[in-house]
Amino acid sequence: MSLDKATVAKVANLARIRVEENHLDTLANELNAILGWVEQLSEVDTENVAPMTSVAEMQLRWRADEITDGGYQQEIVANAPSDEDGFFAVPKVIE
Amino acid sequence: MTDLTKLTIAEARDGLKASKFSARELTAAHITAMDSARGLNAFITETPEKAVEAATKSDEKLANGEAGLMEGIPIAIKDLFCTKGTLTTAASHILDGFTPEYESTVSANLWTEGAVMLGKANLDEFAMGSSNETSYYGNVVNPWRRKKDDQPLVPGGSSGGSASAVSSNIAMGATGTDTGGSIRQPAAFTGIVGMKPTYGRCSRWGTVAFASSLDQAGPMTRTVRDTAIMLEAMAGFDAKDSTSVDMEVPNFEAALTGDIRGLKVGIPKEYRLDGMSEEIAALWEQGIEWLKSAGAEIVEISLPHTKYALPAYYIIAPAEASSNLARYDGVRYGLRVEGDSLDDMYSRTRAAGFGHEVQRRILIGTYALSAGYYDAYYLKAQKVRARIAEDFKEAYKTVDTILTPTAPSAAFAFGEKGDDPLEMYLNDVFTVPASLAGLPGISLPTGLSADGLPLGLQILGRPFDEETVIRTAGVLEEAANFTAKPDAWWRG
Amino acid sequence: MGMIIQGVTGDWEVVIGLEVHAQVSSNAKLFSGSATEYGAEQNTQVSFVDAAMPGMLPVINTAAVEQAVKTGLGLKAKINNFSVFDRKNYFYADLPQGYQISQFLQPIVGEGILTIDLKDGVTREIGITRLHLEQDAGKSIHDQHPSMTLVDLNRSGVALMEIVSEPDMRSPEEAAAYVKKLRSILRYLGTCDGNMDEGSMRADVNVSVRRPGDDLGTRCEMKNLNSVRFIQQAIVYEANRQVDILEEGGKIDQETRLYDSVKGETRSMRSKEEAHDYRYFPDPDLLPLQFDDAFVAKIKADLPELPDEKKDRFMNTLGISAYDAGVLVAEKEVADFFEDVAKGRDAKLSVNWVTGEFFGNLKRTGKTIATSPVSADALGEVIDLIKDGTISNRIAKEVFEEMFDTGKSASNIVEEKGLKQVSDTGAIEAAIDDVIAANPDKLAEYRGGKDKLLGFFMGQVMKNTGGKANPGVVNKLLKPKLDG
Repeated sequence: MSLDKATVAKVANLARIRVEENHLDTLANELNAILGWVEQLSEVDTENVAPMTSVAEMQLRWRADEITDGGYQQEIVANAPSDEDGFFAVPKVIE
Repeated sequence: MTDLTKLTIAEARDGLKASKFSARELTAAHITAMDSARGLNAFITETPEKAVEAATKSDEKLANGEAGLMEGIPIAIKDLFCTKGTLTTAASHILDGFTPEYESTVSANLWTEGAVMLGKANLDEFAMGSSNETSYYGNVVNPWRRKKDDQPLVPGGSSGGSASAVSSNIAMGATGTDTGGSIRQPAAFTGIVGMKPTYGRCSRWGTVAFASSLDQAGPMTRTVRDTAIMLEAMAGFDAKDSTSVDMEVPNFEAALTGDIRGLKVGIPKEYRLDGMSEEIAALWEQGIEWLKSAGAEIVEISLPHTKYALPAYYIIAPAEASSNLARYDGVRYGLRVEGDSLDDMYSRTRAAGFGHEVQRRILIGTYALSAGYYDAYYLKAQKVRARIAEDFKEAYKTVDTILTPTAPSAAFAFGEKGDDPLEMYLNDVFTVPASLAGLPGISLPTGLSADGLPLGLQILGRPFDEETVIRTAGVLEEAANFTAKPDAWWRG
Repeated sequence: MGMIIQGVTGDWEVVIGLEVHAQVSSNAKLFSGSATEYGAEQNTQVSFVDAAMPGMLPVINTAAVEQAVKTGLGLKAKINNFSVFDRKNYFYADLPQGYQISQFLQPIVGEGILTIDLKDGVTREIGITRLHLEQDAGKSIHDQHPSMTLVDLNRSGVALMEIVSEPDMRSPEEAAAYVKKLRSILRYLGTCDGNMDEGSMRADVNVSVRRPGDDLGTRCEMKNLNSVRFIQQAIVYEANRQVDILEEGGKIDQETRLYDSVKGETRSMRSKEEAHDYRYFPDPDLLPLQFDDAFVAKIKADLPELPDEKKDRFMNTLGISAYDAGVLVAEKEVADFFEDVAKGRDAKLSVNWVTGEFFGNLKRTGKTIATSPVSADALGEVIDLIKDGTISNRIAKEVFEEMFDTGKSASNIVEEKGLKQVSDTGAIEAAIDDVIAANPDKLAEYRGGKDKLLGFFMGQVMKNTGGKANPGVVNKLLKPKLDG
């Protein structure tokens, strides 16, 4: 598998990272080198192996259905680059 | 009075309890050291006023006999832990100005036990790196230099600032985080002790996430005993972290019995890499001898899938990171670069806010999870990971701990690893397998390279058996009697 | 009955599947401890977790798990003791994490069945594909600021159940019946309040058309419809749009379309579509969700009677018609009210009063069961008064109207206004005699064979007695007198 420029551009768009056109080739080469190296994983027999999803052998804990958090609007928007009257503000989205 | 910065945590603790000096004096000595060591660039943010304030409180608590485990001990906090009211950056431009309104569980535990924060330690951006060359706030410099030249060396990474601060006696200890070796490798590069506990031992709540299934906080100190003390203060069950394990935290210091007679120590044959430097091979051999003479039984073991750990890691960690770092979008905190539309703002913000290595990993991770490639990359890597974990499980049927080198080389110079990311990734070859399996591991300095740089050995243990790891490390530490110190050139 | 669109080239059948997002009734959110109540001030029901601050982690709410299982049981569905939370990755201003925690490959609930009620007591079974738990997003407000979109995260992280149907519906009416029935079941179970106008329940509607008997056609999805009426309108518009394209030899593009309820049309959202690739993977901050059979059994044991079972019981043990039973059980509140009224009383009379006078008066006064000035007991008293002959049915209706307006009890009104029914034969006979005496010509006509005038005389007698005469008694006495 090898990434071309168009795929890199698509992936960059999915990741919402602006990549300048003239940088796509370099990036494609770097990513291909890494992916090429990763290819060796195909040598491992993983037939009937369940993918590892958690390290510890334990069960998911559940919280009680109680209101224990929230109610601090100012702290929520305190670090916002732009806020209005307790809302976060972003460039207008046209639906 | 003796130089207070040269004390270990255990010595300082005893000194404070015996009123040989005050917490304020201890903190003041470290603030002075911090002032004089800016050349190391170990800190992103220094918090001397807060330190003095905390030390004053510690003196009160000491006077009242209410001292915690780390009462009055000045430490550095890796700038990946959110600290309420103190800038937290993850060494990234994208967190510009971010001042959390909350405190990470690990740092909160340390404050409860009386520790004093000197500042926020520099690191690789979002903990992605093995040389601390990816920080937006500049490179951290290793206090150690080669005998032959004055070329500045990397401290390792990603917990490079923490390692440098502890190694140079600015801080008595520091928090680190280890995803694929980010505590153990820099500890080895700077001649200190660093421990990654079992995944789930320390809460991840409030620590900026890199790869959720791998990230684990741990202590970095100058002795094994100090590591035991600090780990006890950091660790503990946290209901706010679904992956935190509900288990008693043992008295780790008590594990230092000095007795490893009959202990079975595994030597994995797959770690004898082709082209392993003779220096490292000799260091390892020496370690084996020391443990043997202390009464341990040395057992050759096989961890057959070792070779695949690095490539699996470099799919899993970036995949998780690509998702974990999606929240840095310029909406709620940190940097925003304005754009023509919401999407344009995202793309510009993230392009400007993330450094090159972080971008590269996000892109790899995004690709590995994308439609049509998920099975071949992410799912495959998680299955390989399961095999690696099985390897260890199998090995621990016959051995109690495993001894390996921490890193394939001593610290290198800036830029030496060139532009090839793969060459850099190879630094983690000995640390990554245990990360994938979630196992505890410690690195401690046991020798010097021909160039006069510290080299470390790593001891791995069974899940939640940090005590045996610490016990083994204690014996090794005593045998190695590593006393070398870097010249304090940075004070000049 | 399926909806058939007759095209120039032949008939087209409409195929509909629904994905309903139902907000779980719970105090706190799916993965955080902040409140879920509707209508709070912006960003006041938001925790650091909901705002996706760095280092924040999810911990699942027990209530969300219980409610999902309960709903699954209500839909006669397979409960999965092992399910997995995945991250669905995409960027949007009101999605703070940059991903939604959802369930992709392994949902908590599998296949089930929903029986929908159609006209004339006809029912149909609609397949449920799955139910899974997921987080709601926040809210973007586009019209409150000239140049900015404002984001409120109060809803961010609220627990939703996404309930996916099979493409089993064939008409807008069936889709409407499905949504209403689902809402009814959720309300019976108490797992979702079903308030569509508050956004507690929204539907994504998948529509395709095909020649009857053919394979499924290409579908289009209309997202976030928040009323049953809009769902029906959107289906009609969309099905006809697709038929028009196909009839002209065109092809349907699989896409998401927006239903514009003002213009009554759907339009492409392709501008926003650009290659969604959600990159699902198991959330590493969470472990798989597991529970044992005993957990499910306990919830099952506490399951309330659901509308279908209640309807059967009303029909079989109370002898109520399928239609009436259907009307009564559709809303749990109505069914509960009815049962209170009917307790120890004539079931049919109770049905008539609840669905007739009671609903009529609610409508007249703009009230609901919750705000009704007349309680079930108060209505019961009216029925009792009719039954024991204290008042006539006609008087009862007047009394009932007054009960609605004044809140007074039936017996009070009857007492105050002296409306007690007259059954005394002497008094009634006197009234009959008066009426006959006053209408000799009508009497002659009656006796000449105009039987219909019996009603006239009846009315006159009732009028004469101020409506208080017992109609049964009048009837019995009047005819012999007229006949002479």
